[in-house]
Amino acid sequence: MRKKRGSSIWRRLSAVFAVCSLGLLTGCHGRKEEPQAFAIPGQFDDSRKYEITFWAKNDTNKTQTAIYEQAIADFEELYPNITVNLRLYTDYGKIYNDVITNIATDTTPNVCITYPDHIATYVTGDNRVVPLEGLFADEKYGLGGSEVRFEAPGADGIIPQFLEECSFGGHYYAVPYMRSTEACYINKTYVEKLGYTVPDVLTWDFIWEVSEAAMVQDGEGNFKVNGQKVLIPFIYKSTDNMMIQMLKQKDAGYSTERGEMLLFNDTTREILYTVAGHATSRAFSTFKISGYPANFLNAGQCLFAVDSTAGATWMGTDAPLTDISEDKIVQFETAVRPVPQFDADDPRMISQGPSVCIFNKEDSQEVLASWLFVQYLLSSKVQIAYSETEGYVPVTLTAQRSPEYQDYLARGGEDNTTHYDIKIQAARLLLDNVDHTFVTPVFNGSASLRDAAGQLVEDTVKSSRRGEGIDEAYMEKLYSDVMSLYRLDQIGGQDSLSSGKADLGPLPRTASALLLALTITWFLMIAYVVYKTMKTRKDY
Amino acid sequence: MKRNISVLLILALGAACIGCGSKEGSSVAGSTASGSAVEGSSEAGSAAEESSAAGSTAEGSVAGNTEGSDAEAASAQDVMTYEEYMAADLDSQVTVETYVQAKQSWWEDKATVYSQDENGAYFLYNMACSQEDYEKLTPGTKIRVNGYKSEWSGEIEITDAVFEIIDGNFIAEAKDVTEYLGKDELNDFQNQFVSFKGLTVEAAGKDDEGQDVAFLYNWDGSGQDGDDLYFNVSNESGDTFTFTVESYLCDNTTDVYAAVKELKIGDKIDLEGFMYWYEGPNPHITSVTPAE
Repeated sequence: MRKKRGSSIWRRLSAVFAVCSLGLLTGCHGRKEEPQAFAIPGQFDDSRKYEITFWAKNDTNKTQTAIYEQAIADFEELYPNITVNLRLYTDYGKIYNDVITNIATDTTPNVCITYPDHIATYVTGDNRVVPLEGLFADEKYGLGGSEVRFEAPGADGIIPQFLEECSFGGHYYAVPYMRSTEACYINKTYVEKLGYTVPDVLTWDFIWEVSEAAMVQDGEGNFKVNGQKVLIPFIYKSTDNMMIQMLKQKDAGYSTERGEMLLFNDTTREILYTVAGHATSRAFSTFKISGYPANFLNAGQCLFAVDSTAGATWMGTDAPLTDISEDKIVQFETAVRPVPQFDADDPRMISQGPSVCIFNKEDSQEVLASWLFVQYLLSSKVQIAYSETEGYVPVTLTAQRSPEYQDYLARGGEDNTTHYDIKIQAARLLLDNVDHTFVTPVFNGSASLRDAAGQLVEDTVKSSRRGEGIDEAYMEKLYSDVMSLYRLDQIGGQDSLSSGKADLGPLPRTASALLLALTITWFLMIAYVVYKTMKTRKDY
Repeated sequence: MKRNISVLLILALGAACIGCGSKEGSSVAGSTASGSAVEGSSEAGSAAEESSAAGSTAEGSVAGNTEGSDAEAASAQDVMTYEEYMAADLDSQVTVETYVQAKQSWWEDKATVYSQDENGAYFLYNMACSQEDYEKLTPGTKIRVNGYKSEWSGEIEITDAVFEIIDGNFIAEAKDVTEYLGKDELNDFQNQFVSFKGLTVEAAGKDDEGQDVAFLYNWDGSGQDGDDLYFNVSNESGDTFTFTVESYLCDNTTDVYAAVKELKIGDKIDLEGFMYWYEGPNPHITSVTPAE
């Protein structure tokens, strides 16, 4: 059972609020001075004992927990002087919240699974998070270093796109641990029953059209396509991703590397109007408003369920994990596709998944011990085992190319557990589309902007369902309320909020005329001065 | 020549002014338009205004200043009986008077509360609530709540709500619903304070050594101390049901959390809790005692 609505509870801690909280808590708790910048020790002192804490996130999945525990046991066998204490979370937002609280009291974990957006807030305090580029390159203890006691990936062993996602502010503040994207899990049986064929690449037009077509009911209020009184044809799990990907696909503004926030633009508004139309007809809803897409999909109450590839084990008639009772599960054929696109020839999808950062400590040896453990999480044994628990893909080339992993992929559909077909299809979806993935810029406040993107969709859907008028006045107020809610007006400059630094297009005619007039004037003035000078000389 | 140049310079200056003025003008016009639009929307139609009251307040954007606006919003509609509330359409605006029975969580000026009156119960999810007001929501406190009737995974609840405290006090007795376990009628008691008598603890799963255990941290054992507890119980018919100690409602410092961790397979127990719903009955247990 995954009934916790954790995201809605924990993820709304805005970056600005978080930073303010840091300041306040610092005062309250008499925090110690910020640590000195980490310097790599010349030698790891294994005559000493180290105890490090690892805050890990799992998808409420016992197998993942077991893999963490096994990884720790194996690592401790290699390094008997290092003890790793595991603390488990099932929600990134709660990790974020707890880290911020613990930064203020100088009780951060040593190693933490997190999102780069969140790290951008953590690094607000100097030297709190260890930049890793020095460690990457260290001859003895770096990636694949000579003194590392296990087979670690080399410097070029991490998939470059995934590694770059952990780079911001001129430093690598994390390493990727797993990667996923979003997928659309489709009740192919029902789509075909409606007379449509599932294309290789879904378009938004297709998904909206089929969703509306599915809303036809009989005289008794049953939907014709499923014979039930409940149907939400299209449900999106993470509406922040939905908005971000739609904007990216339309080459519209969202944010820039410099931290300018361009979300509140006309394209966003267009998207929201479209969403409102389909929310009003009840053809579309969201996880926060209605529930997990997988539950509706498996009950035959949803045709298109968009969720992470890391949620694939919950999707489909034969899904190994389920929250609904067996008698509610209907039989249908499941298809897995990338998220809907505006341009089927140029698909774009988000890259996401857990990364790992290291918090700085006064004892550089303790930090080095943490780094060794982080490297161990990148070893093929851990990478392959964890990736097989869901529709994740390993982040190292070594793991991806290993015969063991290739064998795993090839055996998709052999069983409904380890080789569950939908899960392996989801993993393949990302492997086949790495070049079509993107991430959003990371800066202090990017986590809040992401939340705001989702909030726009959630509020629009709610208001549409409640029969509120969705018009320009509504949109203006929505923008204003969401900016205020996430304090975006305090994070970005005025220009960034009004998208003033976006592409401004060609110069207005009046400005061109002005520049031309000024040029001519200066030319004439200079010509006049030259003429007068020459005339004066001539007179003499 | 001088005159011509002077005229040209004046023209250029004029053009410059027009250019700048035009640019400036558009900026001013833009900001004015934007400003008036924002102002307009805040005074706009009632639908938008309702959204503002329920929506933004519920999200905590005006945290700490809820009482006045809440009072207005909560009084904005006629108060419904429980029957009227249950008959109301999903996503419609509802106003009820009810009594706090238990508080599940508070975070960023949002409270999640179990409430009940003599006729039925209401789950108030993420209701706008300052921390100061949250402290006032002791069991029995009467509140008038205005929000939207919603359904999340089968759970009927009021969302985006605001409230005001009013005079009155009521603590619900636990309703014995043991006989309804496994039956559709159990849904009639959704969110109520209920009891179950004489149930037998069954295996919830297996530990790492393959031994049966009486409870799990999280539904599949993937959690740790502090997470939700899941345990199975059977009735006289031999049917098994899964119950939960919801860690937001009863954390690992509570008696019930400790009691469930002490359960043994085969124990006969009585239980009390709230009839939460998640894709079916999912009681949130607040008390476990040996069967009488």
